[in-house]
Amino acid sequence: MDEPGAENGPLKILIADDSDSDRLILKTLLKGLGHDVLDAANGRDAVRLFQSGAPDIVMLDALMPAMDGMEAARQIKRLAGERMVPVIFVTSLTEAGDLAQCLEAGGDGFLSKPYNRLMIKAKISAFNRMRLLHQALSRQRDAMRERNRQLLEEQHVARRVFDNIAHTGCLDAANIRYHASPLSVFSGDVLFASPRPAGGMLVFAGDFTGHGLPAAIGAMPVAETFYGMAGKGFDGSDILREINQKLARILPKDMFCCGVMVEADFAFNQLRIWNGGLPDGWLVRSSTERYSLPSLHLPLGILGADQFKAEMDVVRTRPGDRLLLMTDGVLECSDAAGNLFGEEGVRLALENAGNEGHPFDALMRGIEQFTGQLNFGDDLTLFCLEMIDEAGLAVLPDALEPSSLAGPTEWTCEYEVRERTLGEFSPLPLLFHICMEVPGLRRKSGEIYTLLSELYNNALEHGVLELPSEWKYTQAGFDRYYEERTVRLGRVGGHYIRFRFHHKPVGPGGRLHVVCEDSGSGFDFRNHPALQSAAVAHSGPRYGGRGLVLLKRLAESVRYYGEGNRVEVVYEWCP
Amino acid sequence: MVDTPHLDEEALAELQDVMEDEFGILIQTYLNDSRERIDNLKAAIREADADAFARTAHSFKGSCINIGAPRLGELCRDAEKAGLENRLNDAAPALEAIETEFQRVTRALESLMAGDAR
Repeated sequence: MDEPGAENGPLKILIADDSDSDRLILKTLLKGLGHDVLDAANGRDAVRLFQSGAPDIVMLDALMPAMDGMEAARQIKRLAGERMVPVIFVTSLTEAGDLAQCLEAGGDGFLSKPYNRLMIKAKISAFNRMRLLHQALSRQRDAMRERNRQLLEEQHVARRVFDNIAHTGCLDAANIRYHASPLSVFSGDVLFASPRPAGGMLVFAGDFTGHGLPAAIGAMPVAETFYGMAGKGFDGSDILREINQKLARILPKDMFCCGVMVEADFAFNQLRIWNGGLPDGWLVRSSTERYSLPSLHLPLGILGADQFKAEMDVVRTRPGDRLLLMTDGVLECSDAAGNLFGEEGVRLALENAGNEGHPFDALMRGIEQFTGQLNFGDDLTLFCLEMIDEAGLAVLPDALEPSSLAGPTEWTCEYEVRERTLGEFSPLPLLFHICMEVPGLRRKSGEIYTLLSELYNNALEHGVLELPSEWKYTQAGFDRYYEERTVRLGRVGGHYIRFRFHHKPVGPGGRLHVVCEDSGSGFDFRNHPALQSAAVAHSGPRYGGRGLVLLKRLAESVRYYGEGNRVEVVYEWCP
Repeated sequence: MVDTPHLDEEALAELQDVMEDEFGILIQTYLNDSRERIDNLKAAIREADADAFARTAHSFKGSCINIGAPRLGELCRDAEKAGLENRLNDAAPALEAIETEFQRVTRALESLMAGDAR
């Protein structure tokens, strides 16, 4: 870089004057000051010399034949583009109007005749300082522009990597609406949704402390954990525990993640929810009936595993109910005067929604009206899930390619969960995983998971814990059921649940025998209506009977033995 | 105006200082330029082109001021003004005054050069 930079170094100066004597004087003066001079006798030659010689400073007579100084100044400024080339008019013009014209044409200053050596020297160095300052600023601006471009490019690359881990899951499902900027991960917001193997959905909305890359880096393991575990059938609590532990380990002390985990069960019409540090979620039934779902926990990544509580609260819902989740960005929206939207803003927007309006639209509109902006930035995420009949959900595509690896087709396996472990650990993901090793059976993952979870939950809740399913019919009983479930899980001494699997190939498919035995006192299966005839399938949505009906529908046969504490299921499948 | 000197000795001394060996060339250039300009002023009157008259007078004025011929510069300014105000009747006497003053300036510069040469 040979910048004619140094403040007193030689400059290349272009002069244009049609008066030969004036030109000669100026040229000699400038040369005497140590500069290189290009000279032209009219504007047109001056423009030509400017292009070929790239001078640092230009001095133009205002009135010249062929092309006057004003037009030459305009063309030179245009040719210079972003480069700062001072244009000084040398003139004996004195009328204010004429001088103004010179400035409008792009002139940066004047030098009047007669020429004075000291004045010329001072002007040249003043304009050179201006030129150098402009150059320095331009370089800084270019550097910043380049840094910014790099940063955006890096963000997009990072975003692509992030998307590969956190593919949109089932955020596109018909009953989901959300607002999240494509780069919101860099403001710390994450939003995931995944179908569950046995039906229903898992949703996680999170908000990392901090901005930019640190926030985005924290989002990666959360995404991977969420989608990985959700796909394997783990429930919300398991995933929360895992995310919390991971974040506590990898994040710096002052960084954590506020989040909401939701398990949506459309068949049961219930939500299980855990809110750690995000604004209140809302279950909206109508414009007048809605329930807040406040944060009851510390954010993820703070507590150690022994102190962390991942239990989710159960919320009964009705078809058409809508769940709204939001990140802090919603409450922190501000109007022109700096007032915050706040919880009050959310409440007003939902009240104004009316019965017809969708609460998601109402809230988005509320924010737009409040902020006066259509584009409210990257740092807010809004999510809405509608409770709908599961049948109404388009079947979510099975993202899993059939494995090309050979797997076990002829095997048996016995797995028993005992004592305290019953209260602390769900064997379902493990059992599910074992079955999924059978080539081709992966395509039936939903049915297998349902089958296993029905068997296990029946064995645990009705067999071991002896919870009466009738309790679930009423709201009061429903709450009691789950309270009692938690209490009784603490007293499972002497109990066990045992699974025995046997799989063998049949034609292109196979047959899976599952025997599930528990240590409970059983039930009167001989007189249980669901086991008597197909007619009970129409007896209404009675939760207690649902499990058995489901089993009978999925399996070739369902048989109870002993006191009703041992059940054998035969599941046949074809690819 | 009558007080304005024919030559500005101080300005000329500075020019001499600046131009060094090229001072002679500068004076010759100025004189040639000026003769050409006087021809152009005449042509402008002949063609009744007040605009060209004003422009030429303006440029002439600038070089006179620069070379250190202030009285000629003022006469050029008068001529420029007449041209700008489209007073072609005043142009001819203005040009006459310029020619007369130019003769004096020429003589003075030539004697300066002769003295300088000595």
